[in-house]
Amino acid sequence: MMIMSRFKALLAVLLAAAAGAAVASSGADIRMEPSPINRLDLESQQRGARTFVNYCLNCHTARYMRYNRLTDLGLTEAQIRDNLMFATARIGDTMTIAMTPADGKAWFGVTPPDLTVEARVRGAEWLYNYFLGFYRDAAAPSGWNNLVFPNVAMPHVLNGLSGSNRLVTTEFRDHEEAQAAALAAKGIVVLAPGKDHTYVVKTLALDTPGTLTPVQYRETVADLVNFLDYMGEPAKNKRVSLGLIVLLYLGVLFVFAYWLKREYWKDVH
Amino acid sequence: MQKLLTWIDDRFPLTALWESQWGKYVAPKNFNFWYYFGSLAALVLVMQIVTGIFLAMSYKPDASRAFESVEYIMRDLPWGWLIRYMHSTGASMFFVVVYLHMFRGLMYGSYRKPRELTWIFGCLIYLCLMAEAFFGYLLPWGQMSYWGAQVIVNLFSAVPVIGEDLGVWIRGDYTISDITLNRFFAFHVIAVPLVLVGLVMAHLMALHETGSNNPDGIEIKKQPKDPATGLPLDGINSHPYYSVKDIVGVVVFLAVFSIILFFMPDMGGYFLEANNFIPADPLKTPEHIAPVWYFTPYYAMLRAVPSFLGSQFWGVIVMGAAVMIFFALPWLDRGAVKSIRYRGRTYKLWLAAFVVSFLILGYLGVVPVTVWGQFPDGWPLLGTADRATVVARVLTVVYFLFFLLMPWYTARDKTKPVPARVTG
Repeated sequence: MMIMSRFKALLAVLLAAAAGAAVASSGADIRMEPSPINRLDLESQQRGARTFVNYCLNCHTARYMRYNRLTDLGLTEAQIRDNLMFATARIGDTMTIAMTPADGKAWFGVTPPDLTVEARVRGAEWLYNYFLGFYRDAAAPSGWNNLVFPNVAMPHVLNGLSGSNRLVTTEFRDHEEAQAAALAAKGIVVLAPGKDHTYVVKTLALDTPGTLTPVQYRETVADLVNFLDYMGEPAKNKRVSLGLIVLLYLGVLFVFAYWLKREYWKDVH
Repeated sequence: MQKLLTWIDDRFPLTALWESQWGKYVAPKNFNFWYYFGSLAALVLVMQIVTGIFLAMSYKPDASRAFESVEYIMRDLPWGWLIRYMHSTGASMFFVVVYLHMFRGLMYGSYRKPRELTWIFGCLIYLCLMAEAFFGYLLPWGQMSYWGAQVIVNLFSAVPVIGEDLGVWIRGDYTISDITLNRFFAFHVIAVPLVLVGLVMAHLMALHETGSNNPDGIEIKKQPKDPATGLPLDGINSHPYYSVKDIVGVVVFLAVFSIILFFMPDMGGYFLEANNFIPADPLKTPEHIAPVWYFTPYYAMLRAVPSFLGSQFWGVIVMGAAVMIFFALPWLDRGAVKSIRYRGRTYKLWLAAFVVSFLILGYLGVVPVTVWGQFPDGWPLLGTADRATVVARVLTVVYFLFFLLMPWYTARDKTKPVPARVTG
C-alpha cells in the first residue's frame, strides 16, 4: 500500500510536470515522440492539407476555416479549387461536410469534433502521437484503440497507409525494471500500474504493413499535423514576423527615450 | 493657440485641471523601479478599452455564435488576431501590473495616513478589475469560460437560505446560458468599465491631493521649501521629469508585452487556456477546472477550507474576506514608520511570509489537489489527506495572520530612525 501510494504520488508529480501533454486515464505515464513540425515549411502544410481534405474532412468539419485562406500556403485559388475542394463548395466557403452532427453521433457514439482549432486544444505533439498510436483491438466497437487516447471512438482512418499495429504489453514486478524497459523501448511508451502490484509497459509493433513504409507514414502524419497547426492559427507566421519588427522598433525607441530621460534628469541632484 | 486656451479656461478649468493633476504636480525625486506600475496600469486600462471597442464591433454575445465570432475575429477580420491578442494579453498583464503596484504600496506604507482614501479607491479598482475579468472570461464561450463561470456563480448558490435564488438571479436562468452571456456582456463592456474609469479618476485625484509617498516614506510636503524653486527640498516637478521617466518604463513594458503577444500569446496555457478552444458544452464537464492564474490564490483558499455544518459557504467567506481585508490595511498598521527601509525584522519577515503564501497559493490554485499526493496512512490527523490541501490551509492562515496580527507586530517592531531627506 505504501509503495503504491508513493508510486501514485510520483506519477501525479510527473503528470503535472508534463502539463499540456496528454494525460492518459487511469494514472498511466506516457512518453511521446517529439513532433517534427515546421511552421515555415509551406510545402509540408500543402501536403497536410491534401491528407486533411481526403481523410478527415468526411466526418470532421473545419467550419471556421475558409478554403481561400489556403492561399496562405502559397497556393492559388485555382489550385485550391482543383485539388482540395469537392464539387459543390465555393472558394469563399468554410470547410463543412454533408454528414450531420446527429448522424455522426448515431454512427460513432460521439459527434466527431470540429478540427479548426483542434491543434490549439491538443497541441502538435499530442496529435502527432495520436496518429501513430492506433492499434488493433477486437474489444473496441470500431476495432481500433489508441495508446494516446484510450478507448477513442474514432477508427484508424489512415490504416491503409500505415498498416495495422498490435499492442505489445510486458509485465514487471519491479518498478525500476519497468522504467528501464520503458526507457529502452522505441516510439510511444506507456507505463501503467497493472494487477497485483505489477507494472505494465505498453508499446506497439507493426503487424500488417500498409501502402507506406513506417518512415513515409511518419512524414505524412507530420505534414498533416503541420497543417492542423497552421489551421489552428493561420496568422501565426505573420504574428511572429511582425513581432520581430515591433521589437526592433521598440529597441530603437528605447534608446531615444532613455537618452531623453537622462538629459532631463541631469539637473536633478 | 494661446487665445483658444484662454477662451476655454474662461469657461472650463482646463489649464487648472492639467496643472493640479500633472503639469504642476510636485513629486518626490526618489521614485524607484516600483513606481512605474501606476502609469503602466493606466496604459493597460486605455489599451483594454480601445481594443475592447474594436472587439465589440465584431463579437456576437449569443450562445450559438459567440465562439464562432471570436474565431471570425481571429481569422477573417483584418488584424483581428492582433486586437484580440492585445486584449487577452492585456487582461493578464493588467493583473501583473496591479499586483506589483499593490505590493509597492505594502512595502513603502503608501496606504497610511494621509493616503487612506487613495488606498481604498485602489482596492475598489482591484475589485472592479476582478469583476471585469470574470465577466469578460465568459465571452469567448469556450469550455473554461462556461465551467469557470458555473463554478464561480455556484459559490453564490452556497449562501445559506437565499443561495439558490441568488444563483438564478445572477444567471437569469437555472444554468449558465445565452441569457447569462448577454448580461455578462453588458456588465463587461459598459457597467464595470464605467465604474472602473470613475474610480481611477478618484484614485488619481486623491493621490494628487495628498501628494505621493516614496521609498523612504518621508512626507516631502512637511519639508522646508527650496528658496530658489519654491518646491520642497526633495520635490521635483512630475512634468517633465516623471513624464520622460515613465516613457522609458512604457517602452520597456511594451517590449515585454510584445514578446508575449507575438511569440507566446497563450503563455503556455496561462493567458489563453487550451480547453477554451473547445466550444462551451453544458453536458460535458472538463476533468480539471482551474480559473485563470490571477484568481488562483483565492481559488486555492476556497478549495482548502473544509465544508462545515454541511455547507461550502465557509470557503466562500474566506475567499471574500481575503480580498476585502485589504481595505482595512490603513488601520491595521500601527508602525512608527511607513517604509520597509526603516521597519524592523519582524515586519519584514511577515511581509515575506505573506508574499510566499500568496505565490504558493497561486500555484496550488492552478494544479489539482492531488499534485503532491497524500500523507501516508498511519500519520495522526493528517493520514491520507492531500498534502497540497494541508499546505494550502497553513498558507491561508499565514495570509490572514499577516493582516490580523499586524496591529500587534507593527507596534512592537524595532524601527530605525527616518532621515529628514530622501536617500536617493
